[in-house]
Amino acid sequence: MGAIYIMWLREVKRYFRSKAQVIVSLGQPTLYLLALGFGFGPIFAKAGAGNYIQFMAPGVIGMTVLFSSIFSGMAMLWDRQFGFLKETLVAPVPRLNIIFGRTLGGATVATMQGLLMLAVCLIAGFRPVHQHAPGTPATHNWLAIPVALIFIAMIALVFAALGASVGSSIKDMQGFQVLMNFMVMPIFFLSGALFPLKNLGAVMTWITHADPLSYGIDGLRGVLIGNWQFNFGWQFNFMLDLGLLAALAAIFLGTSAWLFSRIEV
Amino acid sequence: MIQVENLTRKFDQFTAVNDISFEVDSGEIFAFLGPNGAGKTTTIKMLTTLLRPTSGRIHLDGLDPWVKQRDARQRFGIVFQDPSLDNEQTALENMELHGILYHIPRRVRVERIEELLRLFELWERRNDYVKTFSGGMKRRLEIARGFLHTPKILFLDEPTLGLDPQSRNQLWTHVKNLNAKEKTTVFLTTHYMDEADRVAHRIAIMDHGAIVAIGTSAELKARTNTDSLEAAFLALTGTSLRDESASSTDNLRRFAQMWQQKR
Repeated sequence: MGAIYIMWLREVKRYFRSKAQVIVSLGQPTLYLLALGFGFGPIFAKAGAGNYIQFMAPGVIGMTVLFSSIFSGMAMLWDRQFGFLKETLVAPVPRLNIIFGRTLGGATVATMQGLLMLAVCLIAGFRPVHQHAPGTPATHNWLAIPVALIFIAMIALVFAALGASVGSSIKDMQGFQVLMNFMVMPIFFLSGALFPLKNLGAVMTWITHADPLSYGIDGLRGVLIGNWQFNFGWQFNFMLDLGLLAALAAIFLGTSAWLFSRIEV
Repeated sequence: MIQVENLTRKFDQFTAVNDISFEVDSGEIFAFLGPNGAGKTTTIKMLTTLLRPTSGRIHLDGLDPWVKQRDARQRFGIVFQDPSLDNEQTALENMELHGILYHIPRRVRVERIEELLRLFELWERRNDYVKTFSGGMKRRLEIARGFLHTPKILFLDEPTLGLDPQSRNQLWTHVKNLNAKEKTTVFLTTHYMDEADRVAHRIAIMDHGAIVAIGTSAELKARTNTDSLEAAFLALTGTSLRDESASSTDNLRRFAQMWQQKR
């Protein structure tokens, strides 16, 4: 337990100590929210799909959590580079505890980032709402926020564990760049963060449904602006989203633990 | 304290360590010398459970580190060739983290951390981030950390690389004192012959993955009919230069340096 705690604490401390980075990492999602939100807003409304900012907000929150959590896992590259990794590799504790502590720490940090992004969205005009039926007026629903927190935390855990698996297996920056371009960006763009997953072509539907983040975004959006019939309410459903995320978290945690246990330096 | 029998490690076709056997006694300071690429670091990695041997047997304090991994790890400390501190944490936090990973009870931990930080003259700087430390201070902190859990064996892989003579001198004084006081067995590698000559009770010279000679400094000099350890070393290992190719870690390090400069 001590090892899990101290590795978790290290990640959290690091977060609170790099305030500049906290702000910087919110920059990109905020830009997406404002530029795309206000830029595509009129077209989106014209298409009869409602307020694009409302639609985008859960997407950019998911984006923030995705990037933050996956990078926390990949930060293992830096620990490899600066040597600290070895200190933990020879410690007389199961490596499972080391990687769990790290991953939980990374997920905690990503969750906090997600909440900060939610605050940014609220400032930009986003409101969590509840709508009983299409066309009826939406009522503010602040109780959605604690439920959304569950999804934020689940997204954080899934991708912190995925990042840790990747961080345990790649050794250099080239590998990192490749993964960035061929894994993280596609996960984001094909997740339904920016567009509704309804009425897509067969291939696109298949791809978006294979993207783990789709379920996280769907859960967030369902909870935050949820309604059951509207165009961009739930694509899937609460239990499916949560269940799938939990299963993926377990699988990725297991994978990262296995890969981490095999590291030789 | 350390028994090694017929230890071999192959990387694909290349044999880094070829069938070496030796023993290190309890409380002994044992130096491993050899040119670059001789297999010193590979040997240390195998002894410290970081690399699985291709064949051969290792016993640390009677334990096979590949069977009783955690018990074995609890018994040794290691100072790596490259720094392994967390730069983003303070000296005290680095020590704390180590203490927790090594299951040191809180009360003992607090006392021992203070004792060691004072001994290595880092107590005043305990709340400063490690990234603000000089190379010599970092090394001292790593060695202090290595002693924290009162290991029976301390591995030092080229601990004085890149340090000035004052720091080197001081560092070995501390290591010698702690070796005498706590009866810690010390296994070290170095490129500086004078250091090995000064601190080590016995010396093994390694070349091309094999041990070419083992004995006290005096024995090695007598055997090669030379008057200095350096001359003995050259007589045993030849004078040709060794090339090493860059590892992926070296490449990563280079990349990180470039990247940091850009920021």
